[in-house]
Amino acid sequence: MVGALCAVLVGLSFPDGPALLVVPAALLAGMVGGAIWGGIPGLLKAHFNVNEILSTVMMNQIAVQGMNFLLIGPLMDPVQLQRASRIPQTARISPAFDLPRLAPTRLHLGTLLAILMAVLVYILLWRTTLGYRIRAVGLNKEAARYAGINVPRYIALSLALSGALAGLAGAVQIYGVNFRMFTDGSATGFTGSAGFHGIVAALFGQLHPLGTIPAAFLFGGLLVGANKLQRAVQVPAALIVTLNGLVVVFVVSTELWRQKRARRRVIERPLERDETPLTSTPPAATGQEGTV
Amino acid sequence: MIGELLTAQVLLGILTSGIRLATPYLYAAIGETFGQRSGVLNLGVEGQMLVGAFAAFYVARRTGSLWLGVAAALFVGALMGLIMAFVSITLHAQQGISGIGFYLFGLGLSDLLFQTLLGTVQTVSGFRPLAIPLLSRIPVLGEVFFNQNLLVYGAYLLVPIAAFVMDKTTFGLKIRAVGENPEAADSLGVNVSLVRYITVTLGGALSGLAGASLSIALLNVFQQNLTSGLGFIAVALVYFGGWRPWGVLAGALLFSMVNALQLWVQVLGLPIPSEFAVMMPYVLTILALVVAVQRVRPPTALTKPFVREG
Repeated sequence: MVGALCAVLVGLSFPDGPALLVVPAALLAGMVGGAIWGGIPGLLKAHFNVNEILSTVMMNQIAVQGMNFLLIGPLMDPVQLQRASRIPQTARISPAFDLPRLAPTRLHLGTLLAILMAVLVYILLWRTTLGYRIRAVGLNKEAARYAGINVPRYIALSLALSGALAGLAGAVQIYGVNFRMFTDGSATGFTGSAGFHGIVAALFGQLHPLGTIPAAFLFGGLLVGANKLQRAVQVPAALIVTLNGLVVVFVVSTELWRQKRARRRVIERPLERDETPLTSTPPAATGQEGTV
Repeated sequence: MIGELLTAQVLLGILTSGIRLATPYLYAAIGETFGQRSGVLNLGVEGQMLVGAFAAFYVARRTGSLWLGVAAALFVGALMGLIMAFVSITLHAQQGISGIGFYLFGLGLSDLLFQTLLGTVQTVSGFRPLAIPLLSRIPVLGEVFFNQNLLVYGAYLLVPIAAFVMDKTTFGLKIRAVGENPEAADSLGVNVSLVRYITVTLGGALSGLAGASLSIALLNVFQQNLTSGLGFIAVALVYFGGWRPWGVLAGALLFSMVNALQLWVQVLGLPIPSEFAVMMPYVLTILALVVAVQRVRPPTALTKPFVREG
């Protein structure tokens, strides 16, 4: 939401600017906004050991209130100000800035951008030192500290990066789909719970950036399908939220069997030299190359 | 403008509604305290509250009996707690993420049932304020403390009971042992899984009751996402309270007083945008978390599944 707000601000501030400049600037603004918003819980986690799940939930609520304030106040569509209805939404951004659609489908450029980002994140996490360090911190904080990695810095950084991508998601939603920002006063009005469903998609993709691509399409399809179902045969879309919750629970529940299977495999086949943990090669790298 | 806030009548109003608003936080956070003390982080509180709130509302509306509603909320909350216990204790699922799963499940399910069974926002005549004889006659204090509804009294009674169970009984000792050092507890013959099953199920039941206190005692309505983040705040309050019932009480009161203050700011029409006023409790919670985490150490085995070696 913060990302979307920043992007809208850029779009509305320069209505006559060249699209080639304004749109990237807006998307970038969205990312910066998201990075700052995600970085705050990151810093809190890194330096004060504040549980990131709790602080991000609070940050969500604060963002919702900030959004409501801006959309009802300073950013409200001038057209709506004239009318009695006063729907809390911003003015439409200039049509020149709309992300081009890939005719003949309704896919817009943002979809391609998302796939590109997934690949970039994969490269970042598995092919750079930075990514290696982030994963090391996630796998074993103590070991990473002994290896001389600045653990707090990478915790904050990874949350800021994920915030940046979430901000981009908000910005793309504006420039590709809605062309304005609106609110129904709740956390889920504008994003349609996309954030929480994003968590589900990430899990479903086994927390691997490339795995999230099919997972995200699957859940996008489920959600669109849910809305269609609601219109066509009056099956409430809430059903899909319910099912999504169950999916998360089931996915994490199968963890036990996955671990058991992995352990069995290790016992049957003695440890090879490059499988020894905490050598200079990334622990998971050998397996990953096989699957990609 | 500050002077307006400080009149006796307004202060009294803030105190009265603050005491009342703390009710759902207390139920949910005390329940969560038991779970976390035994080493299980249940982030599904919000979902359990929503389902409990709906169950209480629906049953109370259908049968006309508020007590049946309370029973229904306790039952479905406990049921969800039991499933959460199975997933996190027997299946060793990651507790943070499965909690989010239960949150989404509860959010969706309560909305689904609401749309199919009720359709529109309806009201129910919930628990009425019940003045305690004699005590409610005490000037000022009587109005603040002894003229609330039954579920409010219940929440405040729960605090000393929970503190007593936790600190003075064998069962409380077992809970703490299991949360601090499950291996040691296990070797002394304490059934780690059983203790955790009990605390998480109890936490679920109390979360359900917290939902009921919203839908049939404080607000007397049910709507989509009725709790709007309240369950997550309850979890934060457990951290804030240092995993002790009395600490949780202090946190819940502080939080709900700020909330009540915020409501009065809006009622009086002070020149602060209402959105910023609504933000205040959340900002406060984050700050409180920063301070609280420095002060006390969480149960050692929190979020760690127990696997018997060998």
